[in-house]
Amino acid sequence: MPAESVFPQLEALLPHVQKPIQYVGGELNSTVKAWDECDVHWALMYPDAYEVGLPNQGVMILYEVLNEQAGVLAERTYSVWPDLEALMREHGVPQFTVDSHRPVKAFDVFGLSFSTELGYTNMLTALDLAGIPLESKDRTLDDPIVLAGGHAAFNPEPIADFIDCAVIGDGEQAVLEITEIIRAWKAEGRPGGREELLFRLAKTGGVYVPGFYDVEYLPDGRIGRVVPNKSGVPWRVSKHTVMDLDEWPYPKQPLVPLAETVHERMSVEIFRGCTRGCRFCQAGMITRPVRERSITGIGEMVDKGLKATGFEEVGLLSLSSADHSEIGDVAKGLADRYEDDKIGLSLPSTRVDAFNIDLANELTRNGRRSGLTFAPEGGSERIRKVINKMVSEDDLIRTVATAYGNGWRQVKLYFMCGLPTETDEDVLQIADMATRVIQKGREVSGSNDIRCTVSIGGFVPKPHTPFQWAPQLSAEETDVRLEKLRDKIRGDKKYGRSIGFRYHDGKPGIIEGLLSRGDRRIGGVIRAVYEDGGRFDGWREHFSYDRWMNCAEKALAPHGVDLDWYTTRERTYEEVLPWDHLDSGLDKDWLWEDWQDALDETEVEDCRWTPCFDCGVCPAMDTSIQIGPTGKKLLPLTVKK
Amino acid sequence: MQRIRLRYTKRGRLRFTSHRDFQRAFERALRRAEVPMAYSAGFTPHPKVSYANAAPTGTGSEAEYLEIALTETRDPDRLRELLDGSLPTGLDIVEAVEARTSGLADRLEASVWELRLDGVEPADAERAVAAFNAAGTVEVQRRTKNGVRTFDARSAVASLESLESAETQSSQADRPIDRPCAILRLVVRHVTPAVRPDDVLSGLRAVADLAPPVPAAVTRLAQGLFDEETGTVTDPLAPDREAAATAPTTAAATAAAKAPV
Repeated sequence: MPAESVFPQLEALLPHVQKPIQYVGGELNSTVKAWDECDVHWALMYPDAYEVGLPNQGVMILYEVLNEQAGVLAERTYSVWPDLEALMREHGVPQFTVDSHRPVKAFDVFGLSFSTELGYTNMLTALDLAGIPLESKDRTLDDPIVLAGGHAAFNPEPIADFIDCAVIGDGEQAVLEITEIIRAWKAEGRPGGREELLFRLAKTGGVYVPGFYDVEYLPDGRIGRVVPNKSGVPWRVSKHTVMDLDEWPYPKQPLVPLAETVHERMSVEIFRGCTRGCRFCQAGMITRPVRERSITGIGEMVDKGLKATGFEEVGLLSLSSADHSEIGDVAKGLADRYEDDKIGLSLPSTRVDAFNIDLANELTRNGRRSGLTFAPEGGSERIRKVINKMVSEDDLIRTVATAYGNGWRQVKLYFMCGLPTETDEDVLQIADMATRVIQKGREVSGSNDIRCTVSIGGFVPKPHTPFQWAPQLSAEETDVRLEKLRDKIRGDKKYGRSIGFRYHDGKPGIIEGLLSRGDRRIGGVIRAVYEDGGRFDGWREHFSYDRWMNCAEKALAPHGVDLDWYTTRERTYEEVLPWDHLDSGLDKDWLWEDWQDALDETEVEDCRWTPCFDCGVCPAMDTSIQIGPTGKKLLPLTVKK
Repeated sequence: MQRIRLRYTKRGRLRFTSHRDFQRAFERALRRAEVPMAYSAGFTPHPKVSYANAAPTGTGSEAEYLEIALTETRDPDRLRELLDGSLPTGLDIVEAVEARTSGLADRLEASVWELRLDGVEPADAERAVAAFNAAGTVEVQRRTKNGVRTFDARSAVASLESLESAETQSSQADRPIDRPCAILRLVVRHVTPAVRPDDVLSGLRAVADLAPPVPAAVTRLAQGLFDEETGTVTDPLAPDREAAATAPTTAAATAAAKAPV
């Protein structure tokens, strides 16, 4: 299969498009390998614009892991904006990789990482531009294997028609196992065609091939059962878990783009997984157990990464960064090391906790103390018990008092609207909380020049969480509730002008909800939206609620179900959920009990500090939580003069 | 404090780098190369880099200039190698001299551009050039942030000629030979508002309906002082180089003694 560069054809189009630099590749630390010297070729896609996709850690890690292998080549591709898409269609230029501008169709695997379901239409655009049939059943040996991964792949059913297979969980080892299977099959002369290859992948128990499963429906529209249609295919497919993060210090050589992107920093994942048990949080549920990177491993990655990139900022990433068992020493050690180098340190995703102010102070020793962000998520004490976000209002006030007292001028608070059992009252209490924050802030800082910003979005129930059975609040009700909150904040004469209010309307959330908890019948909706011109659904200026509503109505009518059936309907214990055959390790009965606890406003502790509460992950996956402390400290890199 | 002036290029596919993109890439290259940069004072200190007259996004260049300020002296040639190695191929640092004079930006009075028009018959190009040169003024329009602006593209043009392809400086090796191709050489004075190669192409369309079928490949070959008599553009780093030759100094000598950089 030839894989010649399409750059000469593309080059003639670039003067006519916005930000052409995003299509030319040549990033620092990118890899270009000779096609013929490799026997397995991966095209990796983050199905969004380059500026969002390039910094994605998942793609960056797999790109490097694969390219480190002899005989394996991985290149990246991103969604092209509509201006270039139109020109590519006019001039017959196919979807290309940015590394060598090879056509995606020439690769063995076309792997897509889905952080969000709103990337599904972009996948169809890319497939079509690549000249790959949209549906798996129409593909031939000339087409790559289309593989989905990322968090959204934990329910790949809505895109079951379009993908050939999906992998759930950590990708580092999985891509290498898949590579070996493809290599052997190719070396044998591709016996049995695509079906044989997919069968070999499915047999491992770690690759889900939708085509090998039939879905049977009940007369009322619910799923009867999901059953393998081929012997040798497992009933359930399990997720992949990388156990020792220190053995996988990726990315070692982070990509540094020429184009401006959303995150321009050296990111180090300090741990994976979370056991806080916030019931709305899919990431926290599906990435268990907690696995920490050691303090010395972190120090080494930061040091090498900064040298390889020249970035001025380090981000310590995880789902709740202050929970690392040695975060104090990590923060102090890095702050000491880089004090003179004008390197900024940031700690996204922190809880409401006075200890975190100390951390934040440490990280901003010489710099500007502009804003701190906390996520109480729920406005009332009651709703925070429902979602298991264990923070009291007094804790929060104490925390912000410390922050304002230490010179911070702005506090941002994140909330959700539409949580299970929520009433108007729960949401209106957000305004009271913000008022108390400003009151306290003015008192301790002795200044009126402080701000609090309330940022609020609609809650979307996700698969593999205790809220997977919950009814989603409709877009209309969400908007009404948020307007009431806005009016209450704006109506506050004394404090209102110090409180910023940012909210998103409920419409995109409902579509995200449809795609999150959808089944295979949603495929027709996605395809109809794509064919009607739907692109970049994660972008406000491109998203069209009306288009989705129209397409959903038409595509779902023959099945006797509708959008509300998928979104605002509460599920029962007995219902077979579309993703039940994908094993995240969580015990479904435990999830149900946790859902019942939520309705009873009962909280659950974090298993890092309390006995196991049997979520099921560790025994099912033969894993365990891995946390420090190691007792080590970060030493200075050089002796100071 | 030592000041060093650099000439750099935007070649090949990296000509699509915007000036902002280049700035970020260059400042990261400075960090990776551990160049002892001087920083501005203030709450958010920035490395001291002065950029002069950057070429528009999408046009290639052999002659972009900038100046950096260092807290310790360095050998300019060594620094050039180090920085060049730290930047992607295409963004190449091709010259470095220690600043001995003031006013580099003032010396960038004019630019020499090469415009390669693939798919255009040289004879057609020649006719259009003749019409352009014969005109007293050539009104063109350009879309700007504040709407469409109309201005004269003729008066800033010091010379415009159509070349035989053998005379061109950019490589023709990768181009198909079965297709006509006209090459223009343009010398344009830096005036306000600026007249860019694009505006001259609009002018050629206005006076002679010249409409290349594919976008022109535009490359800045040189910029510097404009000599009215000969119509040539001279090297803006020459005064610094001459000053260095007559007064060999302290900076280079101490840096050499203290090597490695």
